[in-house]
Amino acid sequence: MTTRVKPWIEPHPSGIYVKPADLWIDPSRPVERAAVTHGHADHARSGHGAVFATPETLAIMALRYGVDAEASHNQAFVYGDGFERGGVRFSFHPAGHVLGSAQIAMEYRGERIVVTGDYKRRPDPTCAPFEVVPCDIFITEATFGLPVFRHPPTVDEIAKLIGAVRAEPDRSVLVGAYALGKAQRVIAELRAAGWSAPIYIHGALERMCNLYAVHGVDLGELRLVSEADKAEMAGQIVLAPPSALNDRWSRRLPDPVTAMASGWMRVRQRARQRMVELPLVISDHADWDELTATIEEVDPWESWITHGSEEGLLRWCELTQRKARALHLVGRDLEEEA
Amino acid sequence: MKRFAALIDRLIYTRSRNTKLALIVDYLRHTPDPDRGWAIAALTESLDFPAVKAGTVRALLGARVDEELFRLSRHFVGDTAETAALLWPEPFHPSPSGEGTGVGAGGRAPPFEPPPQTPPLKGRGLTVTEAVDALSAATRSDAPAILASLLDRLDADERYALLKLALGGMRVGVSARLAKQAFAQAFAVPVDDVEELWHAIPPPYAPLFAWGEGRAPRPDLADVAFFRPFMLAHPLEGEAIDFTTFAAEWKWDGIRVQIVRGGSETRIYSRGGEEISGAFPELVAAFDQDAVIDGELLVRGEVQGGEAASFNALQQRLGRKTVSKKMLADYPAFVRVYDLLAVDGNDLRGLPWSERRRQLEAFVPRLAASHFDLSQVIEARDFEHLAQLRAGARDAAIEGVMLKRRDAPYVAGRRAGLWYKWKRDPLVADCVMMYAQRGNGRRASFYSDYTFGCWSDAGELLPVGKAYSGFTDEELKWLDKFVRDHTLNRFGPVREVEKSLVLEVAFDSIHASKRHKSGLAMRFPRISRIRRDKPAEEADRIAALRAMVT
Repeated sequence: MTTRVKPWIEPHPSGIYVKPADLWIDPSRPVERAAVTHGHADHARSGHGAVFATPETLAIMALRYGVDAEASHNQAFVYGDGFERGGVRFSFHPAGHVLGSAQIAMEYRGERIVVTGDYKRRPDPTCAPFEVVPCDIFITEATFGLPVFRHPPTVDEIAKLIGAVRAEPDRSVLVGAYALGKAQRVIAELRAAGWSAPIYIHGALERMCNLYAVHGVDLGELRLVSEADKAEMAGQIVLAPPSALNDRWSRRLPDPVTAMASGWMRVRQRARQRMVELPLVISDHADWDELTATIEEVDPWESWITHGSEEGLLRWCELTQRKARALHLVGRDLEEEA
Repeated sequence: MKRFAALIDRLIYTRSRNTKLALIVDYLRHTPDPDRGWAIAALTESLDFPAVKAGTVRALLGARVDEELFRLSRHFVGDTAETAALLWPEPFHPSPSGEGTGVGAGGRAPPFEPPPQTPPLKGRGLTVTEAVDALSAATRSDAPAILASLLDRLDADERYALLKLALGGMRVGVSARLAKQAFAQAFAVPVDDVEELWHAIPPPYAPLFAWGEGRAPRPDLADVAFFRPFMLAHPLEGEAIDFTTFAAEWKWDGIRVQIVRGGSETRIYSRGGEEISGAFPELVAAFDQDAVIDGELLVRGEVQGGEAASFNALQQRLGRKTVSKKMLADYPAFVRVYDLLAVDGNDLRGLPWSERRRQLEAFVPRLAASHFDLSQVIEARDFEHLAQLRAGARDAAIEGVMLKRRDAPYVAGRRAGLWYKWKRDPLVADCVMMYAQRGNGRRASFYSDYTFGCWSDAGELLPVGKAYSGFTDEELKWLDKFVRDHTLNRFGPVREVEKSLVLEVAFDSIHASKRHKSGLAMRFPRISRIRRDKPAEEADRIAALRAMVT
């Protein structure tokens, strides 16, 4: 592929601007036209004129930010589908991050650019698996762009969680998990591992779990902590957003063991800082091996690296003699949802 | 190594002492010899491998991982051993593309590196004992190769455990005392016996486990400088005491030590049974009698005319593995001896205090007067007289008085009615709450640690201390709500609060300190009352606290 360096997209701190289409990808401020990779708050915002996204992402945005998914100016595209605007052909492809998450591919005058949004490579029962889309410019996330980040097999982490519940039948295990994606994935992985008991959830997770169920992700029986007896939650698993872990809210649980599901849990001091007793390394982002393997597979002419440890992945590209540059996008705070 | 690594990880994340205890008990019961002995020695920092240092690990990583990636990773993780454990090339790590890429590990491109070697599966895994044997046998020159071959056989968590075992600095909150309690609990043996035997038997403690499991008799301790568990005192809280049956001594504000000479060796133990001989070589050298003494380790202060200096001075000497000449000269240590547990091969612990005291008075002159003196018995006519003397004691190093029953033998632990400590009344100050932090464990959802301050001459509130005790559960709930309702700023787990709540703080003493901006540091501060009635501007001034400095 011959690539003209004359750029038709512009990275800005507030998002990526696609000039010929006059459209932004994941803008962090309100714009006329926005294509959105997925529903997390650092990618999806309210106040845009028109939103282009997968049906699931639009539904999530409707739930979280009151975006009107039915309005005619907002358009939904299933994976593989897309639209054309200003000579640019846009298409959506699974990113494997959370329900509805997509990579956005763009073709213009024979050049293809892919924006991954956030992604991961390992199987996730709650969303479609990442699809490799060959391209000239690959704009990749780098949340875990350091070689210390290697997520262990998810089944092992789930087994650890179940083991912890069984070991102390008088206590509940309270798992901190981001409300969109992580919580539903932990529940679905527990179901896949044979945990059929009701799972107790914080009220802040309820609507998103219902949305997943509507989209065909079976989460089994969920009960609200606010409607449960303290005693019935002994020996059970409880999920809450990370902010509720050591908050007053947790006093209603029977002597909870504090767990947290996040890729950051790989680093012991990080887990300790969050006062976590049971760290679960379960992430919705690619780890170091997945990031580097993905760049090798996609094998782009140039990689643009955004939000996360850009320096680590840049250094790897340099060592492997791959063309790369770092983008510095603002408003990317992955601490909670990684 | 897998079980040991899992144990370490659980200990790291567990803040409750009881849970830590239960974890170690379980490990000791279910792990074979000699692995469990080596493991417990590693947890209590009782192992040392002189050939393996942090530099060895850095050099090993340097040869395998790009220097820049190592630097970035180390910066993020904040600990060399953990960074190395996570970065170590993983021959078996499955890559999502199926084939191992060979670049994941260190980020080095395939052209620069030989293809990843796949060691045979039987080479994986390692026992703690194999690791200890290999590291013990290592010399400076072959240590890197030996360590590398061990790391190659382990997964990331095990590598962390191995590196911590090799380098020390485990930091899992397991004291020797906790380890001994776990042993006693695991095998249902008296903790006093464990205390005594522990220091006499080197790792991996095989005779100890054999005795614990009933496979062998209690090990014989002739000719070993072993630790005897301390006799401890109850606080005197208004109990009526028949003064004629008790003797009184000053309670000195130093650290309690036991000095033991056995075989041809002298050892100094601290209250928890930890050996601290290395920090006080002059005392080890000066103690040349076949005996076991109990006393208070103090530092001689110039200011006090050669008398005992405050605890602050002693702190300069604590926690050191080696001591400089300057340290020895600036902070000379001595021991005020108050009990004799054994002498010339005879165990005196079964004798009444009065008889031990008689022998002690005869014994102390055998020691160098420069480093050992006798704790004086306070001559008080009656209890009231003693109270007067106690109230009048102005010596910086006097914390209160000790009351010891004259007919009591020396028994381990805190036995009712035998020894009492009667501390001086605490000092109090009215301070203003400035910051609050969440507690641990059961208190994780409460703001239970409070930093408080007093007013400077310039009218500025300066922190003088931090306390997390002294209040009831009800008061804690109230304080927690106060913090939440009056938060000005959040700094991670810390909240800055509106400077409006006065706390009456009780403390044992107050010292000059460079650590705090106020130039003061309290000893044992605790919240004695919540003064909701008092306006913040009427709290104490720094100048008033400075007047209490001893």
